[in-house]
Amino acid sequence: MMDNIFGFKISPSSAINMDKVDRALFRELCRVEPDAARCMACGSCSATCPAAAFSGMSIRKVLLCLQRGREKEAFGMMSNCMLCGKCMMVCPRGINTRRIILAISSIYGKEEVK
Amino acid sequence: MIYQGKQKIWSEYQKEIPDDKWFYVRSCIRQNFFPASERMFMEICRDILKKDFYETEHHTTCGGIAYHCDTIPQETAMTIVARQFALMTEAGYENYVASCITSFGNYTEILQTWEEFPELETRIREMLWKACRKEFNKPKYLAHASDLIYKYRNLIAEKAKFRLINKETGEPLRVVEHIGCHYAKMFPSKGVGGAEYPYVLAGMVEAWGGNVIDYPERRHCCGYGFRQYHVKANRGYSISNTHKKFESMEPYRPDMIITNCPGCPYFLDRWQYVIAEMEGKTYGKDGFGIPVFTYEEVAGLVLGYNPWDLGLQLHQVAVEPLLDKIGISYSPQEKYKGLDSKDIMRPGLPENLKCF
Repeated sequence: MMDNIFGFKISPSSAINMDKVDRALFRELCRVEPDAARCMACGSCSATCPAAAFSGMSIRKVLLCLQRGREKEAFGMMSNCMLCGKCMMVCPRGINTRRIILAISSIYGKEEVK
Repeated sequence: MIYQGKQKIWSEYQKEIPDDKWFYVRSCIRQNFFPASERMFMEICRDILKKDFYETEHHTTCGGIAYHCDTIPQETAMTIVARQFALMTEAGYENYVASCITSFGNYTEILQTWEEFPELETRIREMLWKACRKEFNKPKYLAHASDLIYKYRNLIAEKAKFRLINKETGEPLRVVEHIGCHYAKMFPSKGVGGAEYPYVLAGMVEAWGGNVIDYPERRHCCGYGFRQYHVKANRGYSISNTHKKFESMEPYRPDMIITNCPGCPYFLDRWQYVIAEMEGKTYGKDGFGIPVFTYEEVAGLVLGYNPWDLGLQLHQVAVEPLLDKIGISYSPQEKYKGLDSKDIMRPGLPENLKCF
């Protein structure tokens, strides 16, 4: 291959091939905490999160990342959670988000997140 | 493909295409990229199908590239387009057919804008009169040239010498159809099959024996996108889009790509060379690329024209493997002979993409 003489390069696609994502741990999460599957991603939790503004924490994004096999990204965000429970108070579906966070730590913590 | 859901809904998007008497306008860039395509269109329509198609040397660019690159305002593009309509009116035609997808989108957008804002049309008429003392009637029917070939697809199939079938296996060729974004994404009702499932090229492929393949990024842009390419700093966006499309279609092993836009075949063809040089990856078999054609070139091939008269030697990706698959004979020695056997010189061959 020649050196890149073109002055621009190819950016990798951000598309996620769901056929290649192992969702076993997410299914386990939904079995232990069925509320994880009830989230409608409205974002009320993220809007009210006191950690969000300075750390990028978003429980909505954490759940989406786990569904899409992006555990590393999810864990990076989750490490900023203070378990204050504000998200639980505003959730229109009454999801116990704190329990979900703890369940994620317990289920995914057993596996080494790469 | 299973005929259901959205595809079924979009199939209701059909347009009326008159059979005859068209005023034809060429693209400003296609003749540089695929020089025989527009000549082939006129030859098929006029000489083979004996239809009345008229074109004039006074026609100019529609201003679409400058408009989409944000270098001229829409009013300027409108005045240019008004002049083209004046040429049509002077020639005594009412049906207007554009060779270029961006021109087609531009004309559609302008006619729709005049419909919504008649005072703007009045202003443009005044501006045209001041600029060149011309008056115009709006076209009764507006079509893209691929709409016409789509309409004539069965007539072409009747006269075809070859079909899009692998002569060794007898299987239909696996064809990717790529529709230019400005065909129906802006005004879905103006295209055959609407925005999501345009049938214009798929209809041709099916009529000529091929099999259209569906793949996840089928409706994705080819990567040209005007400002993505024309601004050099943005070319990474252009090739990344093209790369995404090829990665998506690769598992479906397409034999060829057919397009109906000036930019799409150029970028899908040339970027295969750049991807091969940058990443060492080719998408065809045995180090070749996937050959990309305009619909006129494919029509010419099935009608039995000499591939080199169709300008296929100017493609970056070698077309010979596909010609062999269909069983079209060609002379390798004649490949780089131009009109009257004039030597047009051989290009340098790429390192990673296999070419002849």
